Amino acid sequence: MAINILLAILATSFATYISRFLGVLTSKKIKETSKVFKWFDCLAYSTLSALLAKIVIFPAGALAEVDYFIRFIVVLICLVIFLISKKNFVYPTVLSALLLTLLSSNF
Amino acid sequence: MINTKFFLKGFFCIKSVNSPAIALAAGFIAIGALFKSIGLNIQESIFSTFLTYAMPGSLIMAESLIVGASLLNIFFAVWLVNARLYPMTVSLFPLLTHKSQPRLKYYLACHFVAVSAWLIMKENYKSVERKYRLDYWIGIGVANLSVAVIATVFGFFIADYLSKDMMIGLAIVNPVYFICVMVGAMKTIQMSLAVILGSLFGILFYFISPEWCILFGGLTAGTLAFFIGEINGN
Repeated sequence: MAINILLAILATSFATYISRFLGVLTSKKIKETSKVFKWFDCLAYSTLSALLAKIVIFPAGALAEVDYFIRFIVVLICLVIFLISKKNFVYPTVLSALLLTLLSSNF
Repeated sequence: MINTKFFLKGFFCIKSVNSPAIALAAGFIAIGALFKSIGLNIQESIFSTFLTYAMPGSLIMAESLIVGASLLNIFFAVWLVNARLYPMTVSLFPLLTHKSQPRLKYYLACHFVAVSAWLIMKENYKSVERKYRLDYWIGIGVANLSVAVIATVFGFFIADYLSKDMMIGLAIVNPVYFICVMVGAMKTIQMSLAVILGSLFGILFYFISPEWCILFGGLTAGTLAFFIGEINGN
């Protein structure tokens, strides 16, 4: 491995903390009733969704080894279960792991 | 310093039915196992989760270590993928401010901003008196970070027993949980559009720039959602 692991960890942590730190710094004067606050609320949810979509469609790591069609089907099935189970979070999450393990080992 | 009653109230949110504990644990078990397989020792693994506490960033660090990327590359790639924490912090901390709380406490408490804790706080902040919201938030944060660290340790030690297919199964739990949460949050036009457009633009922008797609996609989608929502009365 070319670089020091400890330095890599520190670089990663620092790169992550910057966004949190700047968030506190710049939100000091923002009122929760303001339009700016509402806009940032939208931005937070849309960026999270963009990240989640990227993880499912163009993943890194272990997920990249499964066919994209299988990933898509698993997410879709779990979403349907979530909606018909009156928004229960436990069923879809537990099922997702079982379903993907099963499908990826058989196809 | 910290009001114990509200700290504990926040801390025990982790036990609720809708808690992200399972998703968080599954994700960090996978991270712990990954760390072991690329050659980190147990101290480094704990240190990494404790200090970074944001899964996509840790994943990028691990991949960069495998390919031997430079420190600057790691820094930039992690910053890009974790920049989402910026709008998340801005849309949370105005809800927590109170003049009785010391400023420094906010800069320490922002370390807990990650999707799991953030969502719990967004759901529950109205039920907590403003003066104690920061203490409540720190409670939530400490609970979530503890789950993450314990799961990393657990993942590290069971790494040899996890097959490739099990690792894949663990990796999907976290995205699926949060996709469900996002869909559950679609209560107004603005929120629904932010979520739907966010995922669409996130993918579309990937074809232009894989590095910037989350930020540009999120910014475009969120801004569009905001204006369409404003025109239509939210």
